[in-house]
Amino acid sequence: MQMKLKALLGLASALALSSALPNAAKAEQLTLCWAAWDPANALVELSKDFTAKTKIDMKFEFVPWTSYADRFLNELNSQGKLCDLIIGDSQWIGGAAENGHYVKLNEFFDKEGIKMDDFVPATVVGYSEWPKNTPNYWALPAMGDVVGWTYRKDWFEKPELQKEFKEKYGWDLGPPKTYDQLKQIAEFFQKREVDGKTVYGASIYTERGSEGITMGVTNVLYDWGFQYENPKKPYEMEGFVNSPDAVKGLEFYKALYDCCTPPGSSNVYMVESADAFKSGQVAMQMNFAFTWPGLYKDEKVGGDRIGFFPNPAEKAHFAQLGGQGISVVSYSEKRDAALQYIKWFAQPDVQAKWWELGGYSCLKAVVNAPGFASSQPYAQAFLDSMAIVKDFWAEPSYASLLQDMQKRVHNYVVAGNGTAQEALDGLVKDWTEVFEEDGKI
Amino acid sequence: MATPAPIARRVRGLSDRAIAWAFIAPAITLLLAINIFPLLWAIYLSFTNYRANRPNAVVEGVGLRNYERVLTDPDIWQAMQTTAHFVFWTIVLQTVIGFALAYLIDRKFRGHAFWTTVILIPMMLSPAVVGNFWRFLYEPQIGLFAYAASMVTGIPTSEIRMLGDVTLAPWAIIIVDTWMWTPYVMLICLAGLRSIPDYIYEAAEVDRASGWRQFWSITVPMALPFIMLAVLFRGIENFKMFDMVTLLTGGGPGSVTEVASITLKRTAFESWATGRASAFAIILFVAVFGLANIYVKALNKVKQR
Repeated sequence: MQMKLKALLGLASALALSSALPNAAKAEQLTLCWAAWDPANALVELSKDFTAKTKIDMKFEFVPWTSYADRFLNELNSQGKLCDLIIGDSQWIGGAAENGHYVKLNEFFDKEGIKMDDFVPATVVGYSEWPKNTPNYWALPAMGDVVGWTYRKDWFEKPELQKEFKEKYGWDLGPPKTYDQLKQIAEFFQKREVDGKTVYGASIYTERGSEGITMGVTNVLYDWGFQYENPKKPYEMEGFVNSPDAVKGLEFYKALYDCCTPPGSSNVYMVESADAFKSGQVAMQMNFAFTWPGLYKDEKVGGDRIGFFPNPAEKAHFAQLGGQGISVVSYSEKRDAALQYIKWFAQPDVQAKWWELGGYSCLKAVVNAPGFASSQPYAQAFLDSMAIVKDFWAEPSYASLLQDMQKRVHNYVVAGNGTAQEALDGLVKDWTEVFEEDGKI
Repeated sequence: MATPAPIARRVRGLSDRAIAWAFIAPAITLLLAINIFPLLWAIYLSFTNYRANRPNAVVEGVGLRNYERVLTDPDIWQAMQTTAHFVFWTIVLQTVIGFALAYLIDRKFRGHAFWTTVILIPMMLSPAVVGNFWRFLYEPQIGLFAYAASMVTGIPTSEIRMLGDVTLAPWAIIIVDTWMWTPYVMLICLAGLRSIPDYIYEAAEVDRASGWRQFWSITVPMALPFIMLAVLFRGIENFKMFDMVTLLTGGGPGSVTEVASITLKRTAFESWATGRASAFAIILFVAVFGLANIYVKALNKVKQR
């Protein structure tokens, strides 16, 4: 019996040793968590330089957008060690900072000479700061993104369409400067025969399940005068969220949805909107700027056939901020290596390559460089859009606030229940409850 | 077969009872770890203000406040009504169509085995596949469903917005669930029909009972326990319906297809109101458990008749 026991112990020890030895020989490895999309592929390519320079292997955990928040917020909340670095959504910053999920980077930035003044101010506020507009940094701006529009330049340039449009609306068919113009163009193209095919006016965000319709409707609401709160009294929302101007904005979005979207557009977000454009269904498409490089390269609708324009103006001029900052997860056991990655990523030459590969750099040295605006056909529209960004709440309770807005807005715009005033009044009630529960009011 | 006594004796110092415990201990441990403990923990959380996204916050007892909020929340009652509508109609349609199909298949016509296999295909598919597949079928511009419906009704395909219309969206989900799970009901009903001994029908023939009389006096009563079992299984499953609704409508348009499980998921993992979500989950559990118990008692009575 004792002999057998000894043999078993010996075997177990040998197995343990054999599995431990290769680990000892392995270089350090960092796991970076992000969404599965085109820029993530560009980051994989870019990170090869980091591995070559530091011998630190990079492993990537990319999750589709539909489950991105669920997956990674669960990971952070459970204090998991899966991600050493995370490129988290801009709205997570408040919760991640207050709940200790991200490492505060101020000391590190000071030590390494990384200055937030070197980055586009809106991205610093949107992706790095919590509380907002205070010098407390939890992320390095990584991927600038903003909602903008693409249009079918080839259709817009058709002489017969230009003539007909001018006769009907009295102005030249071209990228719209205001939302009223955008609606006129959308109405003009709705159910029109173009190149032997029935086409539609515009594809806009209407998705119900995650954040889609909110990311769409806010573009319009901001321009009509919607404000999240009283600028002089935080969390006072009555008369700001549901102001007469905000109501008009919401009514406009519904009118645009009703008049000018393709049939079956009741659950459209980034992928569906890009698909509607790529399949030649729509004259214009609302989408985040990250989709533009891919659309520009598209064989059927890209190249000379596509144009880009920032969100049109109305009473005000804003665009919904997207994008993310890169943070070090405080539960990571490889904090030094993760900080090393951030230091490397902040370098101007790395940021320049990031833009070349398809990522949207937030570094001023890149975006303000001579020739940047003409470096890609969409670069000017991106710059113009980034200059007018505004973001959704970034409070720790952002998910509840988002969920309330999804429900209220979808219920009015897509389901057609009630009025815009009722929807926004309901939203004020819901948001007040959330902030009361948080002890903020 | 009982463990032979010599085997027990060979394992020194272990009684038969100890050996029995050793065998069932892993299963009981697993059951406790992944079923009983989470249930007890959820009951505890339902009386607190715990939020899973704030691990460092102080957890305080809130008494029955979470239960009160859930039971007085109009959105939750709306979700319960949506769930009830969905469960009722799916069960009615699946039971009627499933039983009718089982009755036909039981006739044993030529090729009945082939058709049985064909009918069973939908339930063998993954709900994710079915959800995506039906999204395309319902697509107003290219979907076959819209095309077929347009042919029958004369309404243009672009107007047939199954997933975007407030009236049609709940029915769109009912149609998909019925398409997918009617075969399951059919299978159980078929087992019931095949369990009826032939001599009962032969005796009825001798008594000159009509086919209609045989159906209502023999077939239905004798297959009833099986039908009730199918209704129980489908009722419990559909009360928990989540994946199909998420894939098809995400709960929209507005909230017209937001069933209870979606509201629960949003409360737990989007609002992160873990305490309130736990209270909601316990209420749902008690409701399903209570209804299922009443139903099982009725089922046993039918069986004993």
